[in-house]
Amino acid sequence: MLLIQCPYCGERPESEFAYGGEAHIARPADPSTLNDDQWAAFLYMRSNTKGIHAERWRHARGCNRFFNALRDTTSDRFLAFYRTGTPRPALPERQP
Amino acid sequence: MQRFSALSIFRRGLAGHESWQPQWRRAAPKGAYDAIIIGGGGHGLGTAYYLAAEHGLTNIAVVEKGWVGGGNTGRNTTIIRSNYLFDESAALYDHSLKLWEDLSQVLNYNVMYSARGVMMLAHNVHDVQVAKRHIHANRCNGVDNEWLTPEQAKEFCPPLNISPDIRYPILGAALQRRGGTARHDAVAWGYARAADALGVDIIENCEVTAIRRDASGAVEGIDTTRGALNTRKLGVVAAGNTSVVMAMAGVRLPLESFPLQALVSEPVKPAFPCVVMSNTIHAYISQSDKGELVIGAGTDAYTSYTQRGGLHINTHTLDAICELFPMFRRMQMLRNWGGIVDVTPDRSPIIAKTPVPGLYVNCGWGTGGFKATPGSANVFAHTIARDEPHPINAPFNIERFRDGFLIDEAAAAAVAH
Repeated sequence: MLLIQCPYCGERPESEFAYGGEAHIARPADPSTLNDDQWAAFLYMRSNTKGIHAERWRHARGCNRFFNALRDTTSDRFLAFYRTGTPRPALPERQP
Repeated sequence: MQRFSALSIFRRGLAGHESWQPQWRRAAPKGAYDAIIIGGGGHGLGTAYYLAAEHGLTNIAVVEKGWVGGGNTGRNTTIIRSNYLFDESAALYDHSLKLWEDLSQVLNYNVMYSARGVMMLAHNVHDVQVAKRHIHANRCNGVDNEWLTPEQAKEFCPPLNISPDIRYPILGAALQRRGGTARHDAVAWGYARAADALGVDIIENCEVTAIRRDASGAVEGIDTTRGALNTRKLGVVAAGNTSVVMAMAGVRLPLESFPLQALVSEPVKPAFPCVVMSNTIHAYISQSDKGELVIGAGTDAYTSYTQRGGLHINTHTLDAICELFPMFRRMQMLRNWGGIVDVTPDRSPIIAKTPVPGLYVNCGWGTGGFKATPGSANVFAHTIARDEPHPINAPFNIERFRDGFLIDEAAAAAVAH
């Protein structure tokens, strides 16, 4: 089970959270101007990163707020937690 | 290829079993091939076999970064069934089921396909309605599936607890008698051996590092950790790593990779006659011929490439198993592991040409690819050889996500996979 740090409530076990998928996918401002390829890309295409992945979590059994996290999908280790609406934090080149 | 028969085994047994050859060559990369398959699991090896056996392409290589059958082929719970809701899925999975029936004879390799019946439990009114809808849809498509009352379910599977006061009471079950299990390793080995006998090079410990394309954009080869290989036809069957491989050709797919866990118990004498699945409470159980209970859980919540997962997922499944089958409460679990499954938004696979000429992809099998191994390989070989899909896999294209023709088994199953 992952240990996840809610930016509002602190560290809690994974069972308190719901996964929210890839982060930073903004809903198009004007969907009617999109063609089918662009709409499919928004709806379905995901980066599915092998490495550092920006993702959303929701503290479903706590404050119920969404936030973002950076996690290495090759080790499941979290590298950063940050609030929704803030930019993806830069990481130092090498993790110890 | 040394053929297996009762006589050959007896004869070589008298000679101390010392005259057996390796079942496939340890092939070295050869420079250029008519077709290359990336991924040496059941689907990839099967694709190579059918390319050679049915389409006359024998100058083929299968490149595998690890060892044959070491990915999801060796990590699943080996359940075989074809009782899917939609016409497209029923055609694909039933094509596969029919190939399972004589696969051991075709490959001259005992894949231990056992049609012991797959029973899917219904625990609430919604489950009952979904199951009955599946049964009717299946029967319209010529796929066997029948409804059992709780008492009939208990008769078919005596360890089942049909008491009405358990947390997830059983209101009935759908039974596909042709469903069952097979030996996962034997499927990979059987296809590898049969493909090798037809001249296919199986290159293990060979990880693809780049896909090379010519000026027109078409595939012209791959770079690997064991050197460059040239080919005009490249089939990617890389399961959980498909996104990574396809990114080498600049193709983005509607896939996310999740850990899916399974576990086995200590081996015991035959006690469990069939396969029982409960989609609602995520419990999948059968007994292998070796005697272990083979138990499957649901996927973890998050994308990952770790081939691990959280213990709470297994605990949840074992809670359900212990309640459904009280006699297993004192069983001890021996091993648990995870595989990385590539999941599409509609939970149906993609077996298709891609926007890149010469590049084909077979992916998105999610949590249920093992059952489809022969059928998937068969139609994918057709797609590669003819450069056009077989009628069975034509609907399973990438464009369906753009055009809105989803084959929405995710919604049909009405569970989180």
